Amino acid sequence: MTEPGENTSKPAGKPGTSETLLEVRGLEKHFPITKGLLKRRIGAVRAVDGIDFHVSSGETLGLVGESGCGKSTAGRLVTRLLEPTSGSVVFEGRDITHLDQGPLRPLRRDMQMIFQDPYSSLNPRHTVGAIVGAPFRIQGVKTEHGTKRAVQDLLKLVGLNPEHYNRYPHEFSGGQRQRIGIARTLALRPKLIIADEPVSALDVSIQAQVVNLLEDLQEELGLTYVVIAHDLSVVRHISDRVAVMYLGKIMETADRDELYARPRHPYTVALMSAVPVPDPRRRSSAMRERVLLSGDVPSPIDPPSGCRFRTRCWKAQEVCATEEPPLIARVGDPAGHLTACHFPVTDDEQIAGRTRPAPAPIPQGG
Amino acid sequence: MPGGHSFLDVRDLRIHFPTDDGLVKSVDGLSFALDRGRTLGIVGESGSGKSVTSLGVLGLHNRRNAEVSGEIWLDGSELVGAQPEAVRKMRGRKMAMIFQDPLSAMHPYYTVGVQIIEAYRVHNDVSKAVARKHAIDMLGRVGIPQPARRVDDYPHQFSGGMRQRAMIAMALSCDPELLIADEPTTALDVTVQAQILDLMRTLQQEFNSALIIITHDLGVVAELADDVLVMYAGKCVEYGTATTIFEHAEHPYTWGLLGSMPRLDRAVTSRLLPIAGAPPSLINVPSGCAFHPRCVYEPRTGGLGSTVVPELADAGGGHLVRCHLPTAERRRIWAQDIKPEMEGA
Repeated sequence: MTEPGENTSKPAGKPGTSETLLEVRGLEKHFPITKGLLKRRIGAVRAVDGIDFHVSSGETLGLVGESGCGKSTAGRLVTRLLEPTSGSVVFEGRDITHLDQGPLRPLRRDMQMIFQDPYSSLNPRHTVGAIVGAPFRIQGVKTEHGTKRAVQDLLKLVGLNPEHYNRYPHEFSGGQRQRIGIARTLALRPKLIIADEPVSALDVSIQAQVVNLLEDLQEELGLTYVVIAHDLSVVRHISDRVAVMYLGKIMETADRDELYARPRHPYTVALMSAVPVPDPRRRSSAMRERVLLSGDVPSPIDPPSGCRFRTRCWKAQEVCATEEPPLIARVGDPAGHLTACHFPVTDDEQIAGRTRPAPAPIPQGG
Repeated sequence: MPGGHSFLDVRDLRIHFPTDDGLVKSVDGLSFALDRGRTLGIVGESGSGKSVTSLGVLGLHNRRNAEVSGEIWLDGSELVGAQPEAVRKMRGRKMAMIFQDPLSAMHPYYTVGVQIIEAYRVHNDVSKAVARKHAIDMLGRVGIPQPARRVDDYPHQFSGGMRQRAMIAMALSCDPELLIADEPTTALDVTVQAQILDLMRTLQQEFNSALIIITHDLGVVAELADDVLVMYAGKCVEYGTATTIFEHAEHPYTWGLLGSMPRLDRAVTSRLLPIAGAPPSLINVPSGCAFHPRCVYEPRTGGLGSTVVPELADAGGGHLVRCHLPTAERRRIWAQDIKPEMEGA
């Protein structure tokens, strides 16, 4: 294992040094479950259940977790594509949590989204020109040399041929379509881009092209990203800071290098050890160091009491079932490294960034 | 290595689909061999022909719209020329498949137990009660909790990871000697993927079956495979042991795959090293080496790259490479340029 941190192109996260662009406090989204003719409310899916984070100008925050952890819902709440149940979203110092559609519209210029599936996020009946030019039309933005010229400049910017202005989405490959989506996102020069699984639908070699493109654009245009992804290696590559989500809560957040070198939450540790290492010589050691979690993620309708991870955690004790651990800096951690755990993984349990074999996981119950 | 006496021996397999737009050559002259107890990883991007190959081995292509030629020898019997009925009898018993998406591979209308029982009774003349007991036993072996109760559940009552376990139980119910897993963990979360890979490894050792794992994830291949076959545009471009492929790759496409992938076990590199362009259409496969339009070393082949299809040649010790560059040159590029850059030096 080489030392993370050396040879990095990006400065590690820099909260405090630059202004906070986005601030999220106690954000919740509960989807009601109704029954019967009268739509009686019988429960709720607690997709996002009280999360706090901030994003500074020019940095990339990675939001990582498994399916159903609420990371995509969080992205949609921030861009106000979903109405939050409670909590607040503050963008550039302005509380936008409950803004109406009217006042929200000009804000959409500053906040854009990149979607996962380049096949369903582009209208097959519109030309590339119409798709990428749509933001100008909708927002009534006049460009200096006309919309066509502006669209062609955007296509060039994302590495597409500007002459393909009149082509339709089906004439492009998956990677090229994702570039079209990115061009549309960039049209109004947003300040914040929420990218929801921007590369997971793409082939490996194309994934790398798009990751590089996102990084180049950030440098060139001074963009701020929130990247939502399940792939820990992609998140590590692209992010300055990372937040790990589980069942609607943030379990741990820290600067990228700090988090990957010294994960403190048992869930983060398990998640990282589960990633297959592309090195056949390390096969046996990777297996030995692996923390195999038993069972599945519990239902967000009725999450476990106390710490939500306790049902699968090998360090869980009685207190974990009764008291929910707050997301705070633990003893010996730098200020930005917050962990929501009563018994964080200690340095003694970590070997060279990887974790020592954990005691056998608790046998799976019913 | 294509030899005479392997358990599975695929020779010059071609699977072509005539379409209105032209002939799609999904698999175009593929040969490989596999013994019992060994795992072969087939790697490639979408459209490289890896899934078509696996369906071909199982004889699942409809002969009315697929042209299959070549030879597939499984334990001494040839499958391509065999009667469909004979191949059908081997399917399930002799060879079985684990599909990528267990939700669409299982019938939503029947319970998990009924589907395993059906598969078992097709090949074994036993009563329903015996087959049910076997199904419960298999579900228990793949780690489904309370199998006696869960056997009567429908697929939608299982979580994604449990469905994949149930699929594995179904595939293994008749103790097949050849198991093909097509992207078995792609639809799963990483912690569940770790459980399933662990399970497959354990079961393979227990059953001593030959395993083919098809994936685009080089990490999964490195964890499971003994040998690796890299496919591009329907052809094998590189073949070797897992250690050879990951430590001494010689084909520019394999270099591209390795360089495209951010890795948790290495320092963060400033940039990924992607392959330019996109995989080719299988109707208009580029002339010469199919990879040449995306290959940065093509100019060094003196025009050969775009005109002549390179042979799959032995670079030493059974390491097969389909490339015009001389072996010494390839080794020099790997050692001096590719490897250091990947490691972030």
